[in-house]
Amino acid sequence: MTIKLEINGKIDHVSGEITVRELLREKDVEDPDMVSVKLNGTILDRAAFDTVQVRENDEVEFLYFMGGGSQK
Amino acid sequence: MNEEQIERYSRNIILKGVGGKGQKRLLQSKVLIIGAGGLGAPVALYLAAAGVGTIGLVDGDAVDLSNLQRQVIHFTADVGIPKVDSAKDKINRLNPDVEVKIHKERVWASNIREIIRDYDFIVDGTDNFPAKFLINDACVLYGKPYSHAGILKFNGQTITVLPGKSACYRCLFIAPPPAGAVPSCSEAGVLGGMAGVIGTIQAVEVLKYLLGLGDLLTDRLLVFEALPMRFREVKVKRNPACPVCGENPTIISLVDYEQKACDLKK
Ligand SMILES: [Zn+2]
Repeated sequence: MTIKLEINGKIDHVSGEITVRELLREKDVEDPDMVSVKLNGTILDRAAFDTVQVRENDEVEFLYFMGGGSQK
Repeated sequence: MNEEQIERYSRNIILKGVGGKGQKRLLQSKVLIIGAGGLGAPVALYLAAAGVGTIGLVDGDAVDLSNLQRQVIHFTADVGIPKVDSAKDKINRLNPDVEVKIHKERVWASNIREIIRDYDFIVDGTDNFPAKFLINDACVLYGKPYSHAGILKFNGQTITVLPGKSACYRCLFIAPPPAGAVPSCSEAGVLGGMAGVIGTIQAVEVLKYLLGLGDLLTDRLLVFEALPMRFREVKVKRNPACPVCGENPTIISLVDYEQKACDLKK
């Protein structure tokens, strides 16, 4: 059963109470290694991506690693 | 201040909250910009224009033709010369009041403490994660306020860090991504102008900090998405599990991380 989440400030729906790793896959995040995840105000340890599950009304933020600047 | 300075800085001085006193404070301030590239360019130009008295520049690279698409402090004739020399020349021509100190090297765990020591505020304008984490850790460990920023493709983000008071870069991004995961330059790219948007925000944060004005961009990651043309603010807070500023820090001395070099010519 789908559940409702807020992802990066927007209401969204996902397939159920899935793990953060599954959420990243479902939301087509190209490279999970290049993202940090904030779940309900807490930054998750990368190891928790496989264990922590999202629930109805959770607030999720995908924060992307960005370099840039003087990139050659 | 002499008459020429009063005229040059008149639009700062007439501002409530700045005045002659604030302008003098800017002239006495020392700001270090690490990376004289896309982000560092607008930061350096705006701080120089505003009359920040001492600007330090750290960069070990030379100007490359492919830099000119976004690194607006370097011109076509500068290709091949060290970025710090090119940037120093522009700053001097823009505002001779500014003393420019150049560090023709990149930051390492072994030299960063000495480089940042004399400055009031540090600006991260680097392009790579080893440098970004090193700058964060050094600023946190030695108590230097600093501005973090990154840009990629059509997006950018920035946050101001007051060590011990507000969330640091590692509170959000615990450790660098694995070297193999970092996109190569050919996959990455960045739209010209992105560095101007984000670097200019960094420059304004520096001025606000030096002048003690307003609310700094602390505990908020400002995320800019150019394609929908939208700014978003992600509230963050100090992370008790942060490896450098948390309750049980594991990073108590500086470390150099490795990252594969990126060279489009290869
Ligand atoms: Zn921290």
